[in-house]
Amino acid sequence: MKRYQKLLMSLLLSSALAGCSMFGDDESATSGINGTNGSNETSGGASTTGMSDGNDFTGHPLDNPASPLATKVIYFAFDSSAVEAQYEAVLAAHGAYLASNPGVSIFVEGHADERGTREYNVALSEKRAKTVQNLLSLQGASSNQTEAVALGEEKPVALGHDEASWHLNRRVELIYPAH
Amino acid sequence: MQRYIKVGLLISALLSFSAIAEALKIEITQGISSAQPITVIPFSTTQVADGLPVDIAQVVSDDLARSGRFKPLPRIDMLNKPSTAEHVNFRNWQALGQDNLVVGKVIADASGKLLVQFQLFDVYKGEQLTGFSIPADRSSLRGVAHRISDLIYEKLTGQKGAFSTRIAYVTSMPGSNGKTEYKIQVADADGYDSKTIVSSTEPMMSPAWSPQGDKISYVSYEGRRSSIYTQTLRTGQREKLRSFKGINGAPSWSPDGTRLALTLSKDGSADIYIYNVITRSFRRLTRSYAIDTEPDWSPDGRQIIFTSDRGGKPQIYRIAVSGGQAARVTFEGSYNARASYSPDGKFITMVQRVKGQYQIATLELKTGFTTILTNGQLDESPSYAPNGSMILYSTNDGLKSILAAVSSDGKVRQKLRLQGGDVREPAWSPFKSN
Repeated sequence: MKRYQKLLMSLLLSSALAGCSMFGDDESATSGINGTNGSNETSGGASTTGMSDGNDFTGHPLDNPASPLATKVIYFAFDSSAVEAQYEAVLAAHGAYLASNPGVSIFVEGHADERGTREYNVALSEKRAKTVQNLLSLQGASSNQTEAVALGEEKPVALGHDEASWHLNRRVELIYPAH
Repeated sequence: MQRYIKVGLLISALLSFSAIAEALKIEITQGISSAQPITVIPFSTTQVADGLPVDIAQVVSDDLARSGRFKPLPRIDMLNKPSTAEHVNFRNWQALGQDNLVVGKVIADASGKLLVQFQLFDVYKGEQLTGFSIPADRSSLRGVAHRISDLIYEKLTGQKGAFSTRIAYVTSMPGSNGKTEYKIQVADADGYDSKTIVSSTEPMMSPAWSPQGDKISYVSYEGRRSSIYTQTLRTGQREKLRSFKGINGAPSWSPDGTRLALTLSKDGSADIYIYNVITRSFRRLTRSYAIDTEPDWSPDGRQIIFTSDRGGKPQIYRIAVSGGQAARVTFEGSYNARASYSPDGKFITMVQRVKGQYQIATLELKTGFTTILTNGQLDESPSYAPNGSMILYSTNDGLKSILAAVSSDGKVRQKLRLQGGDVREPAWSPFKSN
């Protein structure tokens, strides 16, 4: 069951990703795109139908694919720490979730693409993490519920030397360690 | 039986030597015709019973070639291979256009102790320029070869050689458990004899030598958060600096070894702090709302250059160690970062973005004149050799990151291929490295 949920999550996460124009050739994420239209034409993850309204979801709210809480990674423009409009609802949902669950604390992990120098990228990725942290605070998350961690370009998720990879690496991940 | 063991030892020594030789390949990608022709004759080892695990003349020849200042004669073009002065016919080497010639031999005494002897000649004058006898044992032969290179280089260029120094760098590669394995390694300046000083499944970065060459400070993310560690090479023991919330990064040793400049973000944005190694206290040096990071000390210990985006884009600034106003140093280009001083303090080297590509540049501080030295897409982490002759940096080779070196005038470039994974963030040791 747990495993099934994880699969669903990754399917839905990838559909969310597919919505952004820069989405490229990330091998782990491309498989789930077909699930978005509610059809069951995909082979491995066949049972994605019926999830779109989210009403029948019985798992943890952070795993609910219909909720913005399911999205835990947001992406940034080059050399920018500004949160794009498309992610505002995601951060609002996480902020509200933290506000109503004061016992939960998270890491806000900032990352950068490989271009530019490594320690400067650490600082840039911290700026991204801190911007996200501030937006979470605006929704009522307490400052001791979030910790910004700056990893710079040290932990890329995509390894290509092109914009498709760089886009996926310029990110902030919301990590719920206890979840 | 005794003899059998000896053969076994020799085989394993040969095997490990070939494994190392395979691990590293130096490839000169751009050279200059003004390199001095020199011949390094293979050293005679006829007086050493078991032969030697190191081809000394080859190491010397490779060192000299790597410097870009010399063009060693290929062995196939050597007419004969004398090992002492009386067997050298200088006219033959003149005819081959050689300026200088090195001959040498290794002899063993009854106890098995080795003595490496070499002579450097001016081919046109037919005179010896220098010559030494250096005691050695089988395990120190590469070191002896690098010392010979240093002696030859200094005699012929007037500049101290940096072949006996070492380099530190970071590697990463996928581990057996699917996690990336990060290592900090130290190797001879030619990339041989690499040793891992620390490894982790979380990122490690920014290795920085102490001025005595006996310690390396670095950043490690073990336990998810960043911390700065200082590790003593001889013992492998390390000490964690007091760490703070946010960034703990970019360590850089003061030339007198009493302080570290580093980056902390505990008071808001990333700023430069000075950590006193003796009193273990921190002093804040910069106070901007922007990113200030990547500090490096001037050789006289009075100034610090650093990267800041206080003007909107990352540029290099300079501030007195005692504090005060920072002054902007770089004005060419929209991205200049991670600068470090040349050993004589007259230049800085940095990463500059040129038409969307990141390349290694130098800037002459007196004139502000900038020179682009490399032509890669993602070149970074330039580090001067302690004699200022070369700059080591990392560059991309296909999907991999590898080390490369460029002469500080930009005329000679070469790639150093080390085995296994990505290799990056080279840091060249000071002269006093033990």
